[in-house]
Amino acid sequence: MDGNVVTTAKIRIRGVSKRFGDAVALQDVGLDLAPNSFTCLLGPSGCGKSTLLNMIAGFAEPSAGQVLVDGQPVHGPSADRGVVFQEYALFPWRTALDNVAFGPMLRGRSRAEQREIGRRYLALVGLAGHEDKYPGNLSGGMKQRVAIARALANDPSVLLMDEPFGALDAQTREVLQEELLAIWERHRKTVVFVTHSISESIFLADRIVVMATRPGAVKEVIDLDLPRPRDRSDPAFTALERRIKELVRAEVQKLGVT
Amino acid sequence: MSEAIPLPAAAIPAARRPSTRWRAAFANGGMRVLAILLFLAIWTAVSLGNAYVWKFFNPILLPSPLAVLKAGIDLAESGELQRDIFASLSRVLQGFAIAAIAGVAVGLAVGTWRPLEKLVEPMIELLRPIPPLAFLPMMVLWFGIGETSKIVFIAYAAFFPVFTTTVEGIKHVDPVLLRAAASLGATRTELFRYVVLPAALPGIITGLRLGFGLSFFVIVAAEFIAADSGLGYLINDARTFFMVSNMLLGAVVIGLIGFLFNILLRAAENWLLRWRQTGRS
Repeated sequence: MDGNVVTTAKIRIRGVSKRFGDAVALQDVGLDLAPNSFTCLLGPSGCGKSTLLNMIAGFAEPSAGQVLVDGQPVHGPSADRGVVFQEYALFPWRTALDNVAFGPMLRGRSRAEQREIGRRYLALVGLAGHEDKYPGNLSGGMKQRVAIARALANDPSVLLMDEPFGALDAQTREVLQEELLAIWERHRKTVVFVTHSISESIFLADRIVVMATRPGAVKEVIDLDLPRPRDRSDPAFTALERRIKELVRAEVQKLGVT
Repeated sequence: MSEAIPLPAAAIPAARRPSTRWRAAFANGGMRVLAILLFLAIWTAVSLGNAYVWKFFNPILLPSPLAVLKAGIDLAESGELQRDIFASLSRVLQGFAIAAIAGVAVGLAVGTWRPLEKLVEPMIELLRPIPPLAFLPMMVLWFGIGETSKIVFIAYAAFFPVFTTTVEGIKHVDPVLLRAAASLGATRTELFRYVVLPAALPGIITGLRLGFGLSFFVIVAAEFIAADSGLGYLINDARTFFMVSNMLLGAVVIGLIGFLFNILLRAAENWLLRWRQTGRS
C-alpha cells in the first residue's frame, strides 16, 4: 500500500515537527497529497495549520522531518508553488495588471507577453476592465481575485492558500469559493487550502485534514465523495458538518478558551 | 460582480465632481490671496502708522512692503539680487544633491545589511542631535571660506533626514510582500529591486523633502558667517549698512524660493506615488 502512495503523491509530509523555542507548534505530521487534489487544513487558530502551509511554501523549515514536493525536499519558496495570502499581499505601487504580470516579468517575458498573460488571468477571475486600477482602488474581494490571478499567472503545479477568504464578507466569500472551484476544475492544480470554516472546507475539499491543538497535529483525515457542486443544505453536507464540528470543538476546548 | 456596479452621480462625494472641484479650488485660492493681502495691509498700516502717526519706534526699523519692493527692484536692476539668488541656489542644489545621493546610498546599505547597521547606527545617533550649525565654524576652518565649506555643510545637514527616512522605509517593508514576491520566483536582487525599493520610496521622498528644506535653512546661516555672495550674505551685508528694506527683501526672496520648490517637490512626489491616491473610481 505504501509503495503505491509513494509513486502518486505530489506533496509528501513526513514526520514533520516545528518548534518555536520551547513551544511545539506541530508534532509529527505525516500526509500524502495526490496530484491535482484539493486539500483543506481545518482547525482552530493555534493548531499549526498556517505553520504547515508555510513549510510547504518554503517560508519556514521543519524542526524535524521533511516536506517533499515531486519527491524533492523543499528549501525555500519556488515559482512552482503559488501562494495566496489572507491579507492579499498585492504590491500597492503596481496596477492590477502589473501585479498579475509580476511572475511572468521575473521570468523575462516581453512586455507584450506580460500584458497578454495579465489580461488573460484577470479575465479568468472576472476582473476584465480593471487592469489599470491600483490595489488601493479595489474592494477586498477584488484584491483577492487579483491575488489569485497573480498566483495562477505563474502556472504553478501547487497552489497554497492561507485563509484566503477569511477577511471577506459572507456573500463575497461564497461567490469566490464557487469561482475558485470552477477555476480549479479547468486548470488542475494541487491545492492546499487553510481555513477555520467547517462549511468552507466541506464545500471545497476532496480531503479535509482536521488538525489537533496543543500540540498541533493531524487529528483526522476525512476523504469526501460528495458530488460537486455541493449543496450546503444537503443532508449529507450537514451531517458531515455536525461530525466535524464535534471534532473541532474538542480541540478548541483543549485551548481553554470556550 | 457585485463590486463593479457603477455608482450614481449623487453617491460621488461633491469634492470629486469636476465643476464643484474647480469652484472649491478657486474659493480656496481666493482665500489664500485674501489672507496674504490682509497680512500685507497690516504690515503697511503698522509701518506707515508708526512713521507718520504714533512715532512709537524709529521708522527705519520697519519699512513698508512697498519700500521692500522698491529695494528689490533696485537690487535687480544692479544685478546684485540675481547674483545672490544664483549663488545660494547653486550651493543648495550641489549640497543637497550630495546629501541625497549619500543619504539614500548609505541608508539602503545600512537598511539591508545588519552588521553595517550595528556599526553605523550608533555613530549617526551620536551626531544627529548636534545642530549642524555647531560644526559650521569648524567647516570654515577645514574647507576655507569658499564654496566648498558651504556645500559640505549643506550636504552634512541634509544627509541626516534623508538617511534616517531611507533606513526606516526599508525596515518597514511588509514581510508578507517579500513572501509573496519570493513565492512568485523573485531572487534576492529582484526582491530588493521590485519590492524593497518601491516600498521604501514614500519614506525616501519624505526624507528628500525634509532635507531640501533643511538645506535652505542652513545655507543662510552659512552665508552669514563667511561669504561674499548669496541671500544670507545679502541680509548680513545690509545689516552692517542698516538697510532694513534689503534685509527684509532677502528674507522674502528666500521664502518665495522655498515656496516654489516645495510646490515642485510636491508635484514630483504626487507623480511618483500616484498609486497612493486611493478612493474608489
